[in-house]
Amino acid sequence: MFWTALTLQLGYNATLVTIGATLLGIAAGVTGTFLYLRKRALVSDAISHATLPGVGIAFMLMVMLGGDGRALPGLLLGAAVSSWIGLLCVSWLTRFTRLSEDAAIGAVLSVFFGFGIVLLTVIQTMGAGRAAGLEGFLLGSTAGMLFNDALVIAGGGALTLLAVLILRRPMTLLAFDPEYAASRGVNVGRMDLAIMALALAVTVIGLKVVGLILIVAMLIIPPVTARFWTERTDHMVLISGLCGGLAAWVGASLSAVAPAMPTGPIIVLSSFGLFILSLLLAPNRGVLAVYLRHVRFQRRVHMRQGLLALAQGQPIYEAFTVRLLKRAGLAHADGVPTDDGRARAAKALRDEKRWELVRADQAFESAAALYDGLRDIETVLTGDQISEIDQRIGGPQGVTS
Amino acid sequence: MSGEEFVPLSLTPMLIGVLAAVACALPGNFLVLRKQALIGDAISHVVLPGIVVAFLITGVVAAAPMMLGAAGAALVSVVMIEAIRRLGNIEPGAAMGLTFTTLFAAGVLLLEQSDTSSVHLDVEHALYGNLESLIWLDAVGWSSLLDPLALAGLPPELGRVVIALIGVIGFLSLFWRPLVVSTFDESFAQAVGIATNRLGVALVMVAALAAVAAFDAVGSIIVIAMFICPPAAARLMTNRLEHQVAWSVVFAVLSAVLGYVFAGYGPLWLGFDNAVSAAGMIATVSGLILALAACFAPHRHRSGAPAV
Repeated sequence: MFWTALTLQLGYNATLVTIGATLLGIAAGVTGTFLYLRKRALVSDAISHATLPGVGIAFMLMVMLGGDGRALPGLLLGAAVSSWIGLLCVSWLTRFTRLSEDAAIGAVLSVFFGFGIVLLTVIQTMGAGRAAGLEGFLLGSTAGMLFNDALVIAGGGALTLLAVLILRRPMTLLAFDPEYAASRGVNVGRMDLAIMALALAVTVIGLKVVGLILIVAMLIIPPVTARFWTERTDHMVLISGLCGGLAAWVGASLSAVAPAMPTGPIIVLSSFGLFILSLLLAPNRGVLAVYLRHVRFQRRVHMRQGLLALAQGQPIYEAFTVRLLKRAGLAHADGVPTDDGRARAAKALRDEKRWELVRADQAFESAAALYDGLRDIETVLTGDQISEIDQRIGGPQGVTS
Repeated sequence: MSGEEFVPLSLTPMLIGVLAAVACALPGNFLVLRKQALIGDAISHVVLPGIVVAFLITGVVAAAPMMLGAAGAALVSVVMIEAIRRLGNIEPGAAMGLTFTTLFAAGVLLLEQSDTSSVHLDVEHALYGNLESLIWLDAVGWSSLLDPLALAGLPPELGRVVIALIGVIGFLSLFWRPLVVSTFDESFAQAVGIATNRLGVALVMVAALAAVAAFDAVGSIIVIAMFICPPAAARLMTNRLEHQVAWSVVFAVLSAVLGYVFAGYGPLWLGFDNAVSAAGMIATVSGLILALAACFAPHRHRSGAPAV
């Protein structure tokens, strides 16, 4: 059953919803990347909560004008307008008062949301039963979605994606170096607004599917996930879109199978699953990779210190070092070096002496800068340079009596 | 309005609203000054999964396990934010957003999947609270305030909010100096031997305590609004911390009372016959107060910035 949903064979509407959600997920992931790189991820939280009063007012207006209060385009328009006002409030509070951005975000989201709840209770008392669909905006529900609604979502997702594709160059520039972007003729203020507008578009379109409390997660989690896999912005945008799309696809399919399960939480949790996988397994930045790197580093340090101790005939008390040397066949369990170990130890000591000369000599300044106590000198200097240093050290000398 | 009507129907909800607002606004002062305002947001979201898990484990809707569950969830979220921030080298805002949305999603899903239809536990209740329903049925008028029999029938939420408020005040007065020092100059605080990290966590836990007690009675919207709006408005009124705390308490009380009155009687004045959500209205009023403060308060500009 789940499989049929995943492969889009569960009826026309379910398919449309799944495709719409996936497009939305991709758009959210891509947009969120720029939001994250600009370090303004939580502004989306204010945007999403600020949609609620707009939804309520739009519903009331539409009912007053004699239409159907639940027409999705009207509700989404209202949501867009009120969250735009919320966004302006956040930037006004940060710019013209001493409040920091986080306080402004928190104030706007809680007040707008509270006002939205007031409007919802007003609606509950005025329209008999017709307001039932509005609670769906809190947590999202795709159950009973109309064909036209799905079309709006799919179309909106696609349009947002298109806008991101067009604006990606200036937005990347802005995310990394606003001054440079300004000198290249990018209007920084307007571009910032454009990023926010895109985030707002994703939020508004996603209201029906994910719900306003959790839509933030679609903007935040995929970029964070993508950041683990790459150091390049264009790749990050792609991976983030992919993660967002994947999570939305799985989530929408699951909730198509089990209509009682709200779509939003499932999408968020699948997204979080991808994040945890990345956190643990990503090459280079993942926890596992960092741990392995640490272990490898630790081994090299112990090995080097052990060899130096062997060369100078000092006893080794560190159990881990002895174990390492023994495993490499360089020493016996009691810390006495094997022949192999003696040779390696002599080499280590000689390298240490070579480094000492290199670091004392101005001519080798650039090579000396690479010294960290672990680097093999052969990787830094040529054979000729090493033999020149060796001549300075000289060979073993007899002790004159 | 006469005492016979006011005391049983409006006194306790209003009192609970006021106490909850003050309990949240007090630690909120420090959260706002430490630029951790959104921790309040995060806490109020993760209270839901905490309560749900506590319910699933114990099977009853009782105060003690739920408080524990919610406090546990707050602790889990703080640890999780910190872990994600450090392990993944991710900026704090994103780590916070990631954590609380995930935990909230898990809470919603657990709630939908478990059989909670028999008990009063749902997402809407968690968001709006049920301030209006905390009535004192045993009261007959002002005289009931002196009647031990009637006092025994007070809603239990009132007791919990009072305890939380005492806890908050106790913590703040006990650790006032270290808190102030570490809020304004963290490295100096470390230099004089204050465990700033532990103090920070303790502050968050106290905020969580206030959030849980308030959440129980009034829902999570008020919690976020009261953590942030009164302290933020108070910040614009003065440059002295003591005065700021006092202002924030005034604003919190004002929002709670006015919000409750507008929600209960405002629609009647306008000719409608149904009350609106008190929790939402209290948040709205606190926002209006903040808006007024942002436009007219004496210290609204950054110090050094020209008065425009």
